[in-house]
Amino acid sequence: MISLSAFLWISSLLFAIGIAGMIINRHNLVVLLMCIELLLLSVNTNFVAFSHYLNNIDGKIFVFFILAVAAAETAVGLAILMVLYRQRGTIEIDKMDVLNG
Amino acid sequence: MNIVDFHILLPEILVLAMAALVLVIGLFSGRKQSSISYTLSQISLLISVVFVWNQIGMPTLYALHNMFILDAATTLSKLMILICAIFSLAYAKPFFNENPEKTHDYCLLFLFSVSGMMMLVSSNHLIPMYLSLELLSLPLYALVTIQRTGMNAEAGMKYFAMGAFASALLLYGISLVYGATASLSLSTIANSLQLLQTQYSTMALIGLVFIVAGLAFKFGAAPFHQWSPDIYQGAPTPVITLLGSAPKIAVLIMAIRLFSQSFVTFAAHWQMIWIAVAIASMALGNIAAIIQNNLRRMLAYSSIAHMGYMLLGFVTQTPGGNAAALFYVFAYALMTLAGFGALIVASNQGFEVENIEDLRGLNSRSPWIAFMILIVMFSLAGIPPSVGFFAKVGVLEAVMSVHMTWLAVLALIFAIIGCYYYIRVVKAMYFEPVEDASPLYSSWGGKVILSLNSLIILLLGIFPSSLIDLCRAVYFS
Repeated sequence: MISLSAFLWISSLLFAIGIAGMIINRHNLVVLLMCIELLLLSVNTNFVAFSHYLNNIDGKIFVFFILAVAAAETAVGLAILMVLYRQRGTIEIDKMDVLNG
Repeated sequence: MNIVDFHILLPEILVLAMAALVLVIGLFSGRKQSSISYTLSQISLLISVVFVWNQIGMPTLYALHNMFILDAATTLSKLMILICAIFSLAYAKPFFNENPEKTHDYCLLFLFSVSGMMMLVSSNHLIPMYLSLELLSLPLYALVTIQRTGMNAEAGMKYFAMGAFASALLLYGISLVYGATASLSLSTIANSLQLLQTQYSTMALIGLVFIVAGLAFKFGAAPFHQWSPDIYQGAPTPVITLLGSAPKIAVLIMAIRLFSQSFVTFAAHWQMIWIAVAIASMALGNIAAIIQNNLRRMLAYSSIAHMGYMLLGFVTQTPGGNAAALFYVFAYALMTLAGFGALIVASNQGFEVENIEDLRGLNSRSPWIAFMILIVMFSLAGIPPSVGFFAKVGVLEAVMSVHMTWLAVLALIFAIIGCYYYIRVVKAMYFEPVEDASPLYSSWGGKVILSLNSLIILLLGIFPSSLIDLCRAVYFS
């Protein structure tokens, strides 16, 4: 049987990759959205693992809500991305520097 | 859901139902009837105020399997949130006149966000807490982008990325706390945290740090503040009147409930983290605001500093401190509304207030608006007789009462530094000459709303005791 700590390592690794992706990536906003999704999925892994090992159903229910909210969040994010692309013709993060000071 | 539950949830249900109605009306009515949704939204908010007013003085009630709580803190803060929302929507009227095609969308997103705030202050369980936090934020991301200009979109994208990142941090923290306590209900978490073994306690502590970081993002407190100046500069001004005021009330109430009920076992730990956040916010906010020339960016940095002062009351962990923080955030919400409201009122007729120089000689162009901005700036700086003064006195008194004199001294030093940039605005309005001294025309509606808002600030400064008593009654029961 796989231990709980193995799941926690995986999820913290996913979370770290997500944060690293947000910081390192300077080119594409879509990659940023993917990183946000990765963060939420690592949280889901955590919840499912805990829920299984604690024999408590609450965590699994929370996962459904997180999945639903993540979908809504991505929809809003992509909508903003569309507006941005129409106005600026680029989705490079480095070009997001009009507001600065 | 029985009839008792329904009575408790009535204000939220009303606002959500009206949001759904505005959605349908927006689909079926053309551009000409754009004021219908504005009127309906305003009416629903006013009726909601009446419902919340009727809930004042009720004993603590629970609904939806203890996930929803109604107590003195929630009723008072819901009342303030609704008042802020009504003012904010009224300030948006010139925006609706200029962009009639946006009115339906704006009102719809606005009502969803307000209902998210109302549910956030009432949530007593981590699932509704997370859901209402997202219900609060997602419409705001869209509202920031509502005009679809490049600047709007950039601000919206930055707000979205930062907000989603903050939610992820918060969720990761929640998942660790859940793993340690096997519960998501705030009261059960409090009980099981006391009985934890060491290795689980460490896990819960790591979770706590993530939750603090996520909430600090939502407050816009340093070192998690980077989003706020850009958003304040890039978003449409009416949106900032909402974004800068009411969510801070909601998040504060949630933070107080979460930390002083659920995480009371770890009080020594989170107190240290929040003190560090508060000092960083006060220092960075006040010092960075000095070099700003853009009025909106200056107000954004000032909001970071004010979040620091508000947190001072919260970190004392006394009922008096919590009451002081509550009073502070109410005062701050009113001041932000009036500050950005004044920008809207002074901005129309082809004259856009963007930088501090744009306010030069405002006294000779429109003495009344200049006087209103004077009240707001003095209040933000904490000069008596304005509500900002009593708010600062309240938090400093709370800090002194737990013998953290060094913190109070530090706060005072930063407050004095902060006076400089508020008074710079007043100097520009009253003592600097202007080339174009033609009188400034602004609509009567906007002027009336702004005057009402500023006079509330002034009146609460002269007679602060009623609101202070209300805030203290919340936490001294």
